[in-house]
Amino acid sequence: MPGQRGATVEFRVVTKRYADQTAVDALSFQVPAGKICILVGPSGSGKTTSLKMVNRLIEPTSGAILIDGNDVLQDDPVQLRRRIGYVIQQVGLFPHQTIAENVGTVPRLLGWPEARIAARATELLALVGLDPARYAKRYPAQLSGGERQRAGVARALAVEPPVMLMDEPFGAVDPIVRDRLQGELLRIQRELGTTILFVTHDIDEAIRLGDRVAIMRDGKLVQYAPPGELLAHPADDFVAQFTGADRGLKRLEVLTVGGADVDASVTRDAAGPNAPALAPAMSLRQALALMLQHDATAGVVLDGDRYVGVLALAKIGKMIRSDP
Amino acid sequence: MTEGEPLIRWDWIAGHLDELAFRLGQHVELTAIAVGVGLVIAFALSLLILRTPRLEAPITWVTGTLYTIPSLALFALLVPITGLSVLTAEIGLVSYTLLILIRNIIRGIRGVPADVREAAVGMGYAPRELLWRIEVPLALAVIIAGVRLATISTIGLVTVTALIGQGGFGFLILIGIQRFFSTELIAGAVLSVALAIAADALLVLLQRRLTPWARAA
Repeated sequence: MPGQRGATVEFRVVTKRYADQTAVDALSFQVPAGKICILVGPSGSGKTTSLKMVNRLIEPTSGAILIDGNDVLQDDPVQLRRRIGYVIQQVGLFPHQTIAENVGTVPRLLGWPEARIAARATELLALVGLDPARYAKRYPAQLSGGERQRAGVARALAVEPPVMLMDEPFGAVDPIVRDRLQGELLRIQRELGTTILFVTHDIDEAIRLGDRVAIMRDGKLVQYAPPGELLAHPADDFVAQFTGADRGLKRLEVLTVGGADVDASVTRDAAGPNAPALAPAMSLRQALALMLQHDATAGVVLDGDRYVGVLALAKIGKMIRSDP
Repeated sequence: MTEGEPLIRWDWIAGHLDELAFRLGQHVELTAIAVGVGLVIAFALSLLILRTPRLEAPITWVTGTLYTIPSLALFALLVPITGLSVLTAEIGLVSYTLLILIRNIIRGIRGVPADVREAAVGMGYAPRELLWRIEVPLALAVIIAGVRLATISTIGLVTVTALIGQGGFGFLILIGIQRFFSTELIAGAVLSVALAIAADALLVLLQRRLTPWARAA
């Protein structure tokens, strides 16, 4: 069932110090079960170090990281890692194994019978949109970058881990493929309810994928909020700058027509002759695009066939300007 | 060489097929033991170096020095200790394989891409599993390239062990020289070369068989 398999992840005053610098400085935040938390920031901000402390590829200097309340530092690192999905930018598929064998990595480490491993690999390849009949027996070198990244995600999901760590997974694929992979990751995540910690330096990716976004700078957490709030109320100049001068427009991406100031007191004629139809679930960005395309000053909001009200272009403009 | 005698007397060869087969067996055995034992020792030393990189310089120095000792001198030095025995031959032959084998094993394992290693560790491979299931298979092509070199050079060196009563085809060469009999000398030399070429071809086939993914790209 969706939303049930994820675990909570909590950073409790986690610090990582190297000889000459503090990579992560007293980091504390909590990711609710089944949510996607994006760690974003410029390079050297400590986001990847933070991620790698969850599966103990890097050991914290102090503090605790809890998965469903259990401190990962109390666990055997090898056993811990087998319960946490891990995807990296270069994917790291094993070149000497077929795609099906790669996907079966963790089940094999856990000693599943071969028949079950093969069946699971087939299932997972289908889940990530790689036709098992075509791809199962291929070697990684025979796949495109996007296909490899799909296989990497399938491999990480093999034992349905409650937590998945992703380190700039889509950083090396072209924008069109990235867009599709992002969409599919959201679909899979909603389906499985996995808690995901996702590192990126791309604020647009953070806004699109994140239920929560943690903005980091110099090893410190600058702001931790849902994307809409981040864009509407940046905590400081750094966040404002990092989210971009167009954050008002970006914000429209995470707001829906249903949540906007729809005027239900007027009839649909008030929207004017060119007014496009808008659905409540549509993002305000889409609504804005439709109005501009139709040369309209308002849109008619319809929930299925039911008339809800009129959304004026001016209202959207106001939301962009309401930026502090 | 006797006046008027042909370079090769085929009738001698036809009459000594049993002798040639025996020398072939001896040559293959001396080579296989040398490369096999060399591989085991080289592998152990390589793991030591990979775990403790400080040891690379001293181990390379020792195996490199061994490699530079003239084989004739090495066998002569060993005879007072281990006698005119297979052991004497193998100590020398094994010593000469180490430099090449260690260099290739280390190069192969260090050549495993960092992302592959990180993914493996991140998914919960224990160090031993990482070595045997990921690093060694991926290093196999480079390791076998080393085994090919070691095998060819060992097949050549085996002929020298004729001086301490071993030698395989080298025995024919030695006797050929002592009796001024060109047929035996040439037969020994040509067969030794042929054996090296055949062994190399077999190892190439083995490598292709063991690394099917290398042809997939």
